[in-house]
Amino acid sequence: MQVIAIDRSRRRLLGAGLAATVAAPLLGCTTTGGGPSIGRVVVVGGGFGGATAARYLRMWGNVDVTLVERDAAFISCPISNMVLGGHKTMADITVPYSGLDALGVKRIEAEVVAIDAQAKEVRLADGRKLPYDRAIVSPGIDFMFDQVAGLTPAAQQRILHAWKAGPQTLALRRQLEAMPDGGVYALTVPKAPYRCPPGPYERAAMVASYFKQHKPRSKVLLLDANPEIQSKKALFEKVYAEQYKGIIEYRPNNELKAVDAAANTAKLEFDDVKADVLNVVPPHRGAEIARSTGLLNMNARWIGVNWLTMESTAVPGIHALGDAVLSAPAMPKSGHMANQHGKHAAAAIIQLLKGEPINPAPVVMNTCYSFVTATDVIHVTSVHQYDNADKTFKAAAGGGVSSAPSAMEGRYALSWAQNIWSDMLAS
Amino acid sequence: MIHLPRTAIAGLLVWAGVAHAQDANLGRNLAATCANCHGTNGQARGDTVPALAGMPAERLMSTFNAYKTGALPATIMHQIAKGYTDEQVKAIAAYFAVQVKK
Repeated sequence: MQVIAIDRSRRRLLGAGLAATVAAPLLGCTTTGGGPSIGRVVVVGGGFGGATAARYLRMWGNVDVTLVERDAAFISCPISNMVLGGHKTMADITVPYSGLDALGVKRIEAEVVAIDAQAKEVRLADGRKLPYDRAIVSPGIDFMFDQVAGLTPAAQQRILHAWKAGPQTLALRRQLEAMPDGGVYALTVPKAPYRCPPGPYERAAMVASYFKQHKPRSKVLLLDANPEIQSKKALFEKVYAEQYKGIIEYRPNNELKAVDAAANTAKLEFDDVKADVLNVVPPHRGAEIARSTGLLNMNARWIGVNWLTMESTAVPGIHALGDAVLSAPAMPKSGHMANQHGKHAAAAIIQLLKGEPINPAPVVMNTCYSFVTATDVIHVTSVHQYDNADKTFKAAAGGGVSSAPSAMEGRYALSWAQNIWSDMLAS
Repeated sequence: MIHLPRTAIAGLLVWAGVAHAQDANLGRNLAATCANCHGTNGQARGDTVPALAGMPAERLMSTFNAYKTGALPATIMHQIAKGYTDEQVKAIAAYFAVQVKK
């Protein structure tokens, strides 16, 4: 059975009116050569998935790529816990989109309000319509605030998630700085699956590293809805016991039910916990644009995809990437994995636009580095091979975690950040 | 001679046909999975990890294999190397070997 899929969409030329409204591509700087484009792809979301897809579509094929992203610059979730620990600044985790602009990606700083899969166009808040042959949705996650009673919009001003790097990262850092010595920082972890499995445990270590040095009588309370640490468990337990004894307290099976914002109190099933700084990471689902487009066909939370092409199983012509996708077995929701989704989708979309066979045996892999002190890091890694019988990616042989935290892996982690940001943003 | 069931032979033939059609992009796609740490097309940023662009194919394959067997100690590559087949490593090595290091 040879895998061939022909793109049936018509390749319409950009309307003159639209062409005038989008940023002009710098054709002289493209690396894909001249000639007519093989098709138009609109990418929604410029995070690890979307930016990577945009870059690789330009690099690998003469594709007319428009990237719609609301933010002016990329701010990385990975390394953002180092900002909370006071070891890095917001500038260290912010990268401009100018590298993509130079590759001829037409970037539009705007909000997508709808995707019309019938008309094959992406609609922006200002009324603009962007026609596409294929669309990529890499929207990230939205929080299910309604799952936590009392977490009203007003309460969210004080009780932060900081689970999307940006203004909340800095705001949470300010709360930690303002907290008196002897105070309690409580972090609630939602039930898996959630974005960045080791992230909460890294965050606890980073905040503890700050307390240890500057506010040694303070506590970190880790309230986990899950029965155990979700990633690098033995390593985090060892670090907590050896580096942060008396600072970090880990409580499994503690699902947050409600908050009392006025009292800064987390209400758990059997217990109320009052904190000086309460940091709530609510459960997630694929972001709103995925819901309104009808893409959340998995448990009304996640996007189902055909893993050979990353095309939605609900809406033809729309491909989905990153954390919003229902993960394959043992596949984490991580920036690294979203980047891998992006390249895999770019390769498939180019083949589809050209009417040529798609790769029947794709591979993706993951590496997540977590800082446990200002310098020392632990990792988890895995390789995922496509399984033709079960039509999904499966963890391949190998994979594993660090033998121990090390400063050498700390250098690798920062090198990883530099290289993946460069890979996705052509910076 | 090894006797395979007819269905297995048919499967191999189809597989070979598909793989052949993919030859142009196979190495490129696989090598792209390395870029997160080793740079786009093997052009690594910084001097912490080795650039793979321009590395002779034999050297990349033997290094990869040494990670796989444990002969070469590593923090992470011994775990990653086991996840790729020898054929995949060969395609990756061929792709990086012809990239010109910048």
